[in-house]
Amino acid sequence: MSTIALHDEHNHDHADHGHHKETLISKYIFSMDHKMIAKQFLITGIIMAVIAMGLSILFRIQLAWPDQNFPFLETFLGKWAEGGRIKPDFYLALVTIHGTIMVFFVLTAGLSGTFSNLLIPLQIGARDMASPFLNMLSYWFFFMACVVMMSSFFIQTGPASGGWTVYPPLSVVETAMPGSGLGMTLWLISMVMFVASSLMGGINYVSTILNMRTKGMDLWKMPLPIWAFFLTAILGILSFPVLVAGVVLMVFDRSFGTSFYLSDIVMGTNILPNEGGSPILWQHLFWFLGHPEVYIVIMPALGISSEVISVNSRKPIFGYHAMVYSLIGITVLSFIVWGHHMFVTGMNPLLGGVFMITTLIIAVPSAVKTFNYLATLWRGNIRFTPAMLFAIGLVSFFISGGLTGIFLGNASLDINLHDTYFVVAHFHLVMGSAAIFGMLAGVYHWFPKMFGKMMNAKLGYLHFWLTFIAAYLVFFPLHFLGLDGVPRRYYAFTEFEFMKKWLTVNVFVTWAAIIAALAQVAFLFNFFYSIFRGKKSPQNPWEANTLEWTAPVEHLHGNWPGEIPTVYRWPYDYSKPGHDADFIPQTVPFSQTMSSNLPHDFEGNAEAERIQQDWELANPVKESN
Amino acid sequence: MSLRKFITNKTTAALAVLLTVFANTSAFAQEAAAGAAAAPKVDMGEVYKSVIFYVLIFLAVCLFVAIIGKSIKVYELSREAQGKPVGINWNRVHASLFALFLVLGLYGVYWEYTVHGSMLLPDAASEHGKKIDDMFNLTLIITTIVFIVTHILLFGFAYIYKYSAKRKAYYYPHNNTIEKIWTIVPALVLTVLVLMGFLTWRSIFFKVEDPNNKPLQIEVTSEQFKWSIRYPGADGIVGKKNYKLTTSSNALGIDFKDLNSRDDEMADEMVIPVGKPVKLILTSKDVIHSFYMPHFRVQLNTVPGMQTVFEFTPTKTTRQMQEETNDPNFKYLFFCAKICGSGHWNMQKDVRVVSEAEYKTWIAEQKTYLNDDLRKQFNLPVAPAAVKSVADSATTDSAAVKSNQMALNK
Repeated sequence: MSTIALHDEHNHDHADHGHHKETLISKYIFSMDHKMIAKQFLITGIIMAVIAMGLSILFRIQLAWPDQNFPFLETFLGKWAEGGRIKPDFYLALVTIHGTIMVFFVLTAGLSGTFSNLLIPLQIGARDMASPFLNMLSYWFFFMACVVMMSSFFIQTGPASGGWTVYPPLSVVETAMPGSGLGMTLWLISMVMFVASSLMGGINYVSTILNMRTKGMDLWKMPLPIWAFFLTAILGILSFPVLVAGVVLMVFDRSFGTSFYLSDIVMGTNILPNEGGSPILWQHLFWFLGHPEVYIVIMPALGISSEVISVNSRKPIFGYHAMVYSLIGITVLSFIVWGHHMFVTGMNPLLGGVFMITTLIIAVPSAVKTFNYLATLWRGNIRFTPAMLFAIGLVSFFISGGLTGIFLGNASLDINLHDTYFVVAHFHLVMGSAAIFGMLAGVYHWFPKMFGKMMNAKLGYLHFWLTFIAAYLVFFPLHFLGLDGVPRRYYAFTEFEFMKKWLTVNVFVTWAAIIAALAQVAFLFNFFYSIFRGKKSPQNPWEANTLEWTAPVEHLHGNWPGEIPTVYRWPYDYSKPGHDADFIPQTVPFSQTMSSNLPHDFEGNAEAERIQQDWELANPVKESN
Repeated sequence: MSLRKFITNKTTAALAVLLTVFANTSAFAQEAAAGAAAAPKVDMGEVYKSVIFYVLIFLAVCLFVAIIGKSIKVYELSREAQGKPVGINWNRVHASLFALFLVLGLYGVYWEYTVHGSMLLPDAASEHGKKIDDMFNLTLIITTIVFIVTHILLFGFAYIYKYSAKRKAYYYPHNNTIEKIWTIVPALVLTVLVLMGFLTWRSIFFKVEDPNNKPLQIEVTSEQFKWSIRYPGADGIVGKKNYKLTTSSNALGIDFKDLNSRDDEMADEMVIPVGKPVKLILTSKDVIHSFYMPHFRVQLNTVPGMQTVFEFTPTKTTRQMQEETNDPNFKYLFFCAKICGSGHWNMQKDVRVVSEAEYKTWIAEQKTYLNDDLRKQFNLPVAPAAVKSVADSATTDSAAVKSNQMALNK
């Protein structure tokens, strides 16, 4: 508490002796402060998410009403929607860019970038990242990647349109589709910058967590989000370079006439000179990143929801160690499951069998996490803050999406489900919905920390319920299209007799998607309005234990005035019997909570145990309580 | 409660505001409806397509939400001013909403399973497909049970353990026994699924060829955006191809120096005899496509530069399937499932499963790929007119052997 009292003088002090002057540019643009960079990541991520969501509405309109003209589409899209109808090529561009933005820019940079940057220093008790400059570069590379990606909408041939996995030869041979021209080049440039960004971020996160924890913060006292960010960063560092390798080879194939991915190709009657390459090679390189990427997306969301669920259930997270070990298990396993994306791509069937085994094993740590969430809720005292609602929503989506993964991970079943709407439904539940909900839970929970203001809870409730219901209405029916054998990335269902029965479902899904999209207006308004006009946040609005809530509400460079607080206990001492309040912050030493200490707390420290025993003998009445 | 009290009561006031809003909107709506009914029929099609129409609707909804928000706020402030407990217990509201969501959601799932679940593909029409279907059903049963139980627990806990100031949560940081149980049980269930899946997978892709029932080879070549089918002809072997030989007259790049190629036949649709194994040889000319034949649970990508092979045995003729599905227009088909360009969405071919006898008559009518033009190109003697019968094509082959030593040497 003394730290807070000190705050005013110190702030003054800081301004006087400040080692650098803060100008508008150094504070808001080229900021090296992790809190500002987190906000930059978040706002850029939100803008990209809105764009990508808009793209999805465009192609949903096409799917729902394939035979109608919408003049406003031509107004917005010009020649790509001549006569008010989206062209097939542009439809593919839409799904491609929607996927790319959502997976990389929103769910990787927007999620990891925001919350790793914000929470790592604040929750482990560091003044800033290990390398603030690298951190700044990381944001600006990300920003440039976004700009380059979006710029492909303004070129003659349009954006990349071979799907977000950009399988060659489709993406390499320029005559295969218009999007494989300049648009694809921009995609590759953007991706290289993005990988550079996430590597710089990842290296920073890992080195900060390993080296800069405050006194007393050993690894097993770290809050679960930090564990999740740590393992996510390791995943990224080990897998993203492989994507760059793949991308560089693709650049060579596209521009310098090499044949890494190309062989025996005839476009019409035009025989290409490339020989000896294999398109499957790209798939291996891509999915070696691509599958860990899925966990890069979901693990921070799981970490955030662990924290949010524990705080708002007023209960310690159940099985803290099991939660960490399951994250580690997911991290390790995620490197040896990439082949399940390739069961039917012509990969040797022998490998298919092996990858199926590793893939289904990964369901075990996921199941452990789910059960631990449920056990945390059990006999809790649940406060339904907007963050908590989204965290519960995440658990629901994670279960639903995870279970459909058991179908797809099974090579035999994947034969008929591969590249159908079943896949679309699966990963939209588990990434598109669960991970986004984790991100939103994080935004609602840490908004007070980011902006010093509170968001409007009621708009948050409205946002949650509309989004939660609409997301299920959108994605649940899509499973059945997949089970009927409807492939994904189809421009229209009109040419197949058996698909016509799904047209009405498509209309329904599109309306649900539109409602889900409009519900985000409640969030956007709440978010931006609260930044300026929100109620001022109290010091610890959720009565949480973690370190970030001991830092003053007003941001200052270096996070804590005076000394960084010392940590004495794990972050989940909620509702500990014997203590009067239902939470004990990490900074409270055991000597101040004699009535609630458990033998387990002292980790075998004989002296501490003796003191506790003496105290208990001296205060027998309270003990019996 | 006296009338005066009733009027000052803020709850009533807030309700009155809401009522007025509702009354007004519905009155407007009625007026509008009446107006619409009275006015001569106006074509509203354009209106429904204009952006402004929807923007206005959305703004109206926003206004409505704002009014409700304000009235809730007024209500809560007035409760506070009166020193009464907080107006709305949001924790209880959300807990009840979760319970409601659980009930409606479970009904929704039931509805989806029964209504949309009955619109799916018919039972597999191939031997291995039945195994896949069994595997699918087992997985579906297990996952559905887990899905329902976990959701009942999740939303049930949310309902039961909603916040109460009187209660303190139960401090329960871990229990190693329980954790072990829920690690081992999913592991065991998954082991069963993995083993079954693995055996099914092996039985599909690692078949031992029965010498008495050799599979019928059919080659399928994909290109943007069509399929070409090649039947092996009398020798039962699909001949070699070389992409460098591709010309406008030899679109597949068939190497006619290979004797096996010369009797290869082209077909507009895939016709296969029931009960006989079919070995699909899949290749692609340009980009990756995916050969997807869902009724038979067959899918494999076609990849340029390599061959992929899928073997299956159809078990139901088209006619049987038409009877089974009660749909006289039912037909099997295969189509592309891997994004391949602007025509991806309409790249299909019909499949017909027929009896052995029907197949024999059909295949006899198919033309060979080798025509007079190509014969000239490959320096082969131009064949005497209309060599069609099986025996004849064999003799053509032997004639060709004599005339072309090169192919033999190869």
